[in-house]
Amino acid sequence: MLGLFFEEIDEGLAVDLGSYHFTRDSILAFARKYDPQPFHLSDEGGLAGPFGKLSASGWHTAAGWMKCYVATNSAARERLEAGGKALPEIGPSPGFSNLKWLRSVYPGDTVSYRSNVTSKRALTSRPEWGMVFSLNEGFNQMGEPVFSFEGKVLIARLGNN
Amino acid sequence: MAERLHFEDFEVGQVVALDAYNVTAEEILAFAAEFDPQPFHLNACLGEASILGGLAASGWHVSAMLMRMMADSWLNGSASMGSNGVSDMKWLKPVLAGEILTGSMTVISKRISSKRPEMGIFQCGFELSNDAGQKKAEMTAVVFMRVKAAC
Repeated sequence: MLGLFFEEIDEGLAVDLGSYHFTRDSILAFARKYDPQPFHLSDEGGLAGPFGKLSASGWHTAAGWMKCYVATNSAARERLEAGGKALPEIGPSPGFSNLKWLRSVYPGDTVSYRSNVTSKRALTSRPEWGMVFSLNEGFNQMGEPVFSFEGKVLIARLGNN
Repeated sequence: MAERLHFEDFEVGQVVALDAYNVTAEEILAFAAEFDPQPFHLNACLGEASILGGLAASGWHVSAMLMRMMADSWLNGSASMGSNGVSDMKWLKPVLAGEILTGSMTVISKRISSKRPEMGIFQCGFELSNDAGQKKAEMTAVVFMRVKAAC
């Protein structure tokens, strides 16, 4: 996370992850590949569906978060590396909880994402890694919340990498 | 047109098999390039050297694959009204290029929305495994579905 080791990440750390623009074409392409329900595939299907118009797959909204998260982390790692800092190995995520699709995302919407570190925990079973917990959110261009989830990710510990 | 499946057509405890999904290196790379361009998802050698132990799909890609398996096996033959969330998703083991995923859905609970009597609400548990029977992912999620009596 941001090129930081577990010991360098504090509870309350808030990160603006930037934004992702949902074009009509990208909504249709994602839905055809991964979520081909009628209300994600055409205006007619959207009109007849539960959201009243064509909307993005919720997994597309989630993937947009990941794209912004990775871009933010990569930029931070490059900056730190240029400054001569040792970088931690990037750790995997074992999953997430309480993912909510709060509002539909429509063609032309831009969702801004952010991440807040809520807690962290050292792992006795894996001393070279710690677990960092975060609340992640997405807001549309009107500032309305559209998406949130509680994430967790393994972060390398200092001196063990 | 065949009668679509509605809220009344699923019972608590019912298990529905999901269509198999062929995980290709090409698709792992394409998803990662667009949404999760971390080195170990973009390069087989870096993937093997990483904690993932091979060219592994992004966790969000695994979630998207599960969505497609649901759509193909039963959701698109139903009166689905979407979902508002996933209470829990566990990415238990890396999903590697060349694996074939199979899966199942189990209906955990069902009720009719008190605010919207035309809409039923399911809690469903999902599991994904590879062809060797190794469990790869678990998910518990909401599925909204139209109530037949209200059509």
